[in-house]
Amino acid sequence: MKNAATIGRIAMCAAAVLLLVAPRNPAAGNPPEAPAVILIQNATILTVSHGAIEHGSILIKDGKIAEVGQSIKAPKDAQVIDAAGQFVMPGIIDCHSHIAAESINEGSVSVSSMVNMAEILNPDDIDIYRDLAGGVTSANILHGSANAIGGQTLVIKLRWGQPAAKLPFEGALPGIKFALGENPKRSNFSVPGQPKRYPATRMGVEETIRGAFSEARDYKKSWDNYNKRAATGEKNLIPPRRDLRLEPLVEVLEGKRYVHSHCYREDEILMLLRVAKEFGFKVRTFQHVLEGYKVADELAAAGAGASTFSDWWAYKVEAYDAIPYNAALMTRRGVVVSINSDDAEEATHLNQEAAKSMKYGGLSHDEALKLVTLNPAMQLGIDKRAGTIDVGKDADLVIYNHDPLSAYAVVQKTLIDGRVYFDRQRDIAERAEREKEKKALLDKQKKAAEKKPEEKKPEEKKPEQKPKPPSDAAGRTFGPAASLLFLSGGAL
Amino acid sequence: MTLALSFHRGLANARSFFCILYLLYFLNPSSASAQSPTTYAVTHAKIFTLAGAPIEDGTLVIRDGKIAAVGASVEVPAGAQAIDAKGLQVYPGLFDPITQMGLREIGAVSATVDSSETGGYNPDVVAATAVSPSSEHIPVTRAAGITEVLAVPASGGLDFSGPAGVIGGQASAIHLSGWTIDEMLLKKSAAMALNWPVIETQTFDFTTFSRKEKPYTEAKQEYDKQVNEITDWVERARHYAQAMEKGSSAKYNRDLKLEALAPVIRGELPLLVFADRSREIRNAVDFCDKQNLKMILAGGAEAYKAKDLLRSKDISVILRPMLMLPLDEDDPYDRLLTQPAELAAAGVKFAFASFDNSFARRLGQNAANAVAYGLPHEEALKAVTLYPAQIFGLANQIGTLEQGKLANIIVTNGDPLELTTDVKYLFIKGQLTSLDNRHLRLYEKYAKRPKAQ
Repeated sequence: MKNAATIGRIAMCAAAVLLLVAPRNPAAGNPPEAPAVILIQNATILTVSHGAIEHGSILIKDGKIAEVGQSIKAPKDAQVIDAAGQFVMPGIIDCHSHIAAESINEGSVSVSSMVNMAEILNPDDIDIYRDLAGGVTSANILHGSANAIGGQTLVIKLRWGQPAAKLPFEGALPGIKFALGENPKRSNFSVPGQPKRYPATRMGVEETIRGAFSEARDYKKSWDNYNKRAATGEKNLIPPRRDLRLEPLVEVLEGKRYVHSHCYREDEILMLLRVAKEFGFKVRTFQHVLEGYKVADELAAAGAGASTFSDWWAYKVEAYDAIPYNAALMTRRGVVVSINSDDAEEATHLNQEAAKSMKYGGLSHDEALKLVTLNPAMQLGIDKRAGTIDVGKDADLVIYNHDPLSAYAVVQKTLIDGRVYFDRQRDIAERAEREKEKKALLDKQKKAAEKKPEEKKPEEKKPEQKPKPPSDAAGRTFGPAASLLFLSGGAL
Repeated sequence: MTLALSFHRGLANARSFFCILYLLYFLNPSSASAQSPTTYAVTHAKIFTLAGAPIEDGTLVIRDGKIAAVGASVEVPAGAQAIDAKGLQVYPGLFDPITQMGLREIGAVSATVDSSETGGYNPDVVAATAVSPSSEHIPVTRAAGITEVLAVPASGGLDFSGPAGVIGGQASAIHLSGWTIDEMLLKKSAAMALNWPVIETQTFDFTTFSRKEKPYTEAKQEYDKQVNEITDWVERARHYAQAMEKGSSAKYNRDLKLEALAPVIRGELPLLVFADRSREIRNAVDFCDKQNLKMILAGGAEAYKAKDLLRSKDISVILRPMLMLPLDEDDPYDRLLTQPAELAAAGVKFAFASFDNSFARRLGQNAANAVAYGLPHEEALKAVTLYPAQIFGLANQIGTLEQGKLANIIVTNGDPLELTTDVKYLFIKGQLTSLDNRHLRLYEKYAKRPKAQ
């Protein structure tokens, strides 16, 4: 931890004197232009839905996949991307992410369903670009796991350079985060001066969720009653008082909002399935779900998805029975499984994390690819638009120099809606200029400091900084190792 | 509880204890020396000795724990247990030179964590003392083809053991097999861990969950104070070592901490210095240079900024996993991934390490990722086998497949750095060692669960 913490700290120190010359939003602050027609040719196309096409082409028109096949002639006006010897796969979909968020945990209460990640999106978070460089095109931006019922969540596309309003995945159903086990019962940390919070046991976690849905059901009833009477033309009705905490739960009951529940142990997974049955809602995905393999039949029967880690284990007791065979075992029992990141760094190599399920449990190449493409798309209800390379779907694509299910594969280009949002060669080409720009800025700052020796030293000056959650501060520099720090923040 | 009941339980426990012993006897052939053959021959394999070109259809003979012969035309000795490795590949076992193996079982459970002693200066504590041979991490790590590790006190990793102090203690090199630590030991004291101080103007306080800031001048003062303390320890240890050399006639009181530092002073034990920013790296190099101490850099996230200095001083680096984001927001996104290739081109010797237990099995992935960003594949292989052995002075025993070296060997169905490769056989000290582990057992158990009603 010392070194983990140290690195986090030195990263923060550096931020203090940072003159940001991060990768530009392409086209000088604007998102990339979208040529009307793009042809990717000569590539091995991993469609995920209908096998691989050698020496294949993909025609993109107006941001959508117009044609996929072996011999497509380039239309006159097409911009051609020659991908000879390269591999194209559907853009990676990360079903558990905390990037592009100003903060992730409203941890003061056990039910924080009133808060919404959609309201605190940060389009300038450099991790958007880094994950884009790892082939991620869409991500499920979740609230943390400090509460039995956490905040509202949304799916975004990683449209680096676009304003916050342009990030949400159009038409994707919103979600809400639940959390079971050690994090909501606050097992692994306490904040001095903060009283112990209910729930402190897994028994209490269940009752917190039941209590909230009991209220939500009554609340819904009062609105249904009001609406029914209003519809009959009854005058002088007083509507029920709006309850921002219960509204999202009513949406869950009505099937208009997905439940994404953080969990670890088999008992708590079954607990939530029972509660969901009692109140008549569905659990869309169980997140982490590291003991999902123990109750895979139950998950499959309930139609719940499972979004898990590749090989994390032993960072806490509820992760001690975590095994890297989890994804394969659940897949074999008919569960729709995805591999997620929970961490900006882990997200940069989800293709590699998916590949591990071939070693651990013997999934096929296509099954492994699905773990980070079609399956998370299905879990997030966006599979009509993303997750495979098929005509009519959004042109969200990644181009690798090798088979992506290898530790030797490097992303060359990432496209979203047919626009090239990441291009490795362009990134490399722009580095010298960025270095020059940084140096010029530093020189300017140095000169300014020399002119006014009375004023504060440059070290004490710093650009305006957003207060980052600890999970971010650690997670962004450390990847999985530091993500233990999430324990306290409650995202892991 | 009644006495009778407790007696009954005692019996039951004893029974299950012997049951487990009985099982272990057969599951862990490394310890069942009485029945295990002492001579093995791995035949028809592609052998990557890392001491020359790969041997296409080679034989490797293991006798009495060591490599007895390796080559294309080696005879299988009479009585040897032969393993036909046609289509398979043979490599030295991987070496993960920074872990907390055996010192931490479950990160969040402090009772299972012995990775960092309290207090700032603990040169006398030794990792081997607290390595639990029964840790589940050992067989899990072994199954990934890792045959030996360094357990390093105060070296970070996934736990809440708190601030690690400055001088963390002595790192122990261990084989990942053995009934007791004595059977596991490769080198009890292989390095002295030192966390080089950092000038911190911002820290995150986990007890209050808030960010704390301090002026640069104050942070610098604290840094200087710590460096002065280290200097003071080294100088006292030097005087102590001089007194020791004079033998019994010299009058001095025994001091266990200074005594532990004496091999560092004499240049016999390297300092494993944790530093990541170039400023700290340079300061640490300068310090060790002036004090005439043998230094190994650990972490080295910005080692590339000091590559010429590191090469000129012949300082090797144990690189922090590249599976982490760049330190600065305006660093190129692949800054850490391209560093190994850059260091190799500059002639700086380095090894990869996990700096952790749970993620030790990502060692090969880490090395392969460096290859994807320009490091020659053979250099990557050596950086998880031969180079760490050389860096810690163990290359006469491990690191390559050469006659006379310890038989720490893996037989795989492909490139050991690739994600999908399986380890088929693994030898530690010449014993065919089980690849069974907690994860495999849980997998097999739940794969057999009857379909739920």
